[in-house]
Amino acid sequence: MPTAVRPVRIVVAKVGLDGHDRGVKVVARALRDAGYEVIYTGLRQTPEMVVDAALQEDAQVIGLSIHSGAHMTLFPAVVEELKRRKATDIIVFGGGIIPDDDITALKKRGVEEIFTPGTPLQEIVDWLRKRFPESATK
Amino acid sequence: MRALARAITLVERRDPSVRNLEDAIRNDARVPGVTGFTGAPGTGKSTLVDSVVTLLRGQEQSVAVLATDPNSPFTGGAILGDRIRMQRHALDPKVFIRSMGARGHLGGLSLASREAIRLLGAFGFDQVILETVGVGQSELEVAAVADTTVVVLTPNLGDSVQMIKAGILEIADIFVVNKADLDGHGRAVAELRTMLNMAPKAVWKPPIIPTVATRQEGVEQLWEAILAHRRHLEKSGRAKELSERRLRDETAEVAAELARDRTRRALQEDPTLTERLLKDGTPYRTAEEILRTRTDN
Repeated sequence: MPTAVRPVRIVVAKVGLDGHDRGVKVVARALRDAGYEVIYTGLRQTPEMVVDAALQEDAQVIGLSIHSGAHMTLFPAVVEELKRRKATDIIVFGGGIIPDDDITALKKRGVEEIFTPGTPLQEIVDWLRKRFPESATK
Repeated sequence: MRALARAITLVERRDPSVRNLEDAIRNDARVPGVTGFTGAPGTGKSTLVDSVVTLLRGQEQSVAVLATDPNSPFTGGAILGDRIRMQRHALDPKVFIRSMGARGHLGGLSLASREAIRLLGAFGFDQVILETVGVGQSELEVAAVADTTVVVLTPNLGDSVQMIKAGILEIADIFVVNKADLDGHGRAVAELRTMLNMAPKAVWKPPIIPTVATRQEGVEQLWEAILAHRRHLEKSGRAKELSERRLRDETAEVAAELARDRTRRALQEDPTLTERLLKDGTPYRTAEEILRTRTDN
């Protein structure tokens, strides 16, 4: 194996005016323990900041957390910004208190997956493993 | 910017294609100034780097930050959190921040960061800042790459015996005692000074700069000290010496990387060789044989 398999890099962020970061930190930690490189960018990010960070970090995934109720605005704004920067290969997933109807709508608008409170952490890890099988870590 | 980010990924994972970058970017004469920051977790390195970036942006210099955090030795996973402290530079096109996991650099972190620095130079960055947590050996690798190494300490890190432990003090060209607004700051500076006075006499005596990074205090003095150290390197001929030594070291590291790749491939492709190795348990002889007989790349 001359080249190490590229580790999956995930930019994790809280977008908008929302200080509830306990959940996102738990998820970040679980992803770390699953062998992913997690770049945590902190609170109160704009969609532009998140996408910019993902581009600089050459991340394959953006994970967003929202508990403010602004998910119908902010999640699609990140997807749009990715389109604008011609980086639609970067996939977006999210978590938060999000009603089922909104989940359907968000997926239609380009968010790949949404995890709601109570989701076992392993489910998120399994989803990523399935999404990036070639980079699966031990 | 994405091209740069991608290229750094290739460098990081030691993709063979980076070897072709050599000719493409060596001709570019621009060599960025490289400053390393290291220190224990929680000393305020990221905040300090953030305030240095602010200072440099005020001087219209472009800055790239390569921030290294440790990976888990068990899963390889990592939480890279240095960007949190540098949020105010988000969206500034003249600031590029890249987080790197310390692991996974088969030939060592220094190899990856050297090549990344060249890329950043080719992309026009004036200054490169390497930030690394001083918990293991990665800070030593970074010190080998940076022109100037800044070691960040804080008051109350422990008694004076902590200060004389090997390693971290010896790599410092400049000391910062951050959080200068905390109690015990004077004592920390005094102990450090005592310790430095006992060191063997050297041409460059590392200055001690007090800072309060969160309030941008002492940052100008710090940058002045970094520039003074650079002038010292130039004037004393040490700069030339260092860059020559680095090229030699780097060549040796690249050679080691090539040899390792070739050996792994040989063992994979040649079952009889592997069988003999496993039967006789002779890694030295096998390695020599592979390097002598296999010439492919």
